[in-house]
Amino acid sequence: MKVNGIWYAAPLDARRLLSDHLRHDLGLTGTHVGCEHGVCGCCTVLFDGAPVRSCLMLAVQAEGHDVTTIEGLAQDGAPLHPVQQAFHECHGLQCGFCTPGFVMSVVGLLQQKPNPSAHEIDEGISGNLCRCTGYASIRRAVARAAELSK
Amino acid sequence: MLASLKDAKVLAGGQSLVPLLNFRLARPAHLVDINRIAGLDRIYERDGGIAVQALARQSAVEDSDVAKRVCPLVVDAVRLVAHRVIRNRGTVCGSLAHADPASELPAVLLALDGHVVARSTRGERTIAAAALFNGVMETSLAEDELLVEAWFPASAAPFATVEESRRHGDFALAGAVRAGDRLALFGVAPTPVLADPNNPTKGLHPSGDLEASPEFRLHLIKVLTERAFAA
Repeated sequence: MKVNGIWYAAPLDARRLLSDHLRHDLGLTGTHVGCEHGVCGCCTVLFDGAPVRSCLMLAVQAEGHDVTTIEGLAQDGAPLHPVQQAFHECHGLQCGFCTPGFVMSVVGLLQQKPNPSAHEIDEGISGNLCRCTGYASIRRAVARAAELSK
Repeated sequence: MLASLKDAKVLAGGQSLVPLLNFRLARPAHLVDINRIAGLDRIYERDGGIAVQALARQSAVEDSDVAKRVCPLVVDAVRLVAHRVIRNRGTVCGSLAHADPASELPAVLLALDGHVVARSTRGERTIAAAALFNGVMETSLAEDELLVEAWFPASAAPFATVEESRRHGDFALAGAVRAGDRLALFGVAPTPVLADPNNPTKGLHPSGDLEASPEFRLHLIKVLTERAFAA
């Protein structure tokens, strides 16, 4: 499977979840694991460009496919991805645990809807849980990310 | 392959099955992943309705022009299924085969009087919605059968899917699907059920849990039915 532009062999263990494979086998610990049953959204990655839950896929299912994790959005030292920049500017995070999942979901949302309405922003982030911010700053970050992405 | 394996489960989108595996609530001996089967993800018009194949993602149905034109009821209902990120993987046929009593799509299939096509090495058969759902997460599909296609008749106006859930994208506490004069309810019985729009709670004995008592669910059904038929 291709992860952030680099090809890797599929894991030998067919039972391995994609989220565990990314973290434990490839060392890409930016993908966080919260609930492990698809509710919290922390483990969201892009699968062939569309956001999906990496804890609800087996790693072997990603063989031959293109996976992008939070580490793949911007190279070290390079400017942040517009969505990351917007979260930074708008303080769209506090503890940061949920942030990689939010960022990947918002990247997917803006691909689908480049100019989301307030309602579409709410719906777009409703699949991700954040226990710190109260979501207000995250909403602002999504609107800012849409501006920065133009 | 399904016929040759004992205790096998079909893995399509995995948005219901993989959580069950993660919790060890389901421990099948084998998983048969159908995701690499080519040409099984079409959404197309057939016999005055739309056919949705086993690997058509819920998000693809949501965005499908043919589904919007022929059966907008299905498109409206799909939008109530979890979140977009889940719908990017989850399949319509998977929701039907999983047969969760609180899920929308089985009730939509029942309200529209649609059917599914099941295939095995023994051949292909059509199962009407009314004969598909047997109990909580139980269907009349045989162990060696794959649900290859769901067929939804064109939605007759007026139609509506209404539900009440604690948060957007959560499982519904109760819900109602109206297709013309037909009413199907979900979340209030082991399977989706057809009901009389003038007396929707007749014969219903919903279960209670932390989120809603049986009485509250019956109340919801009355209100949701009124809303669906006011539209």
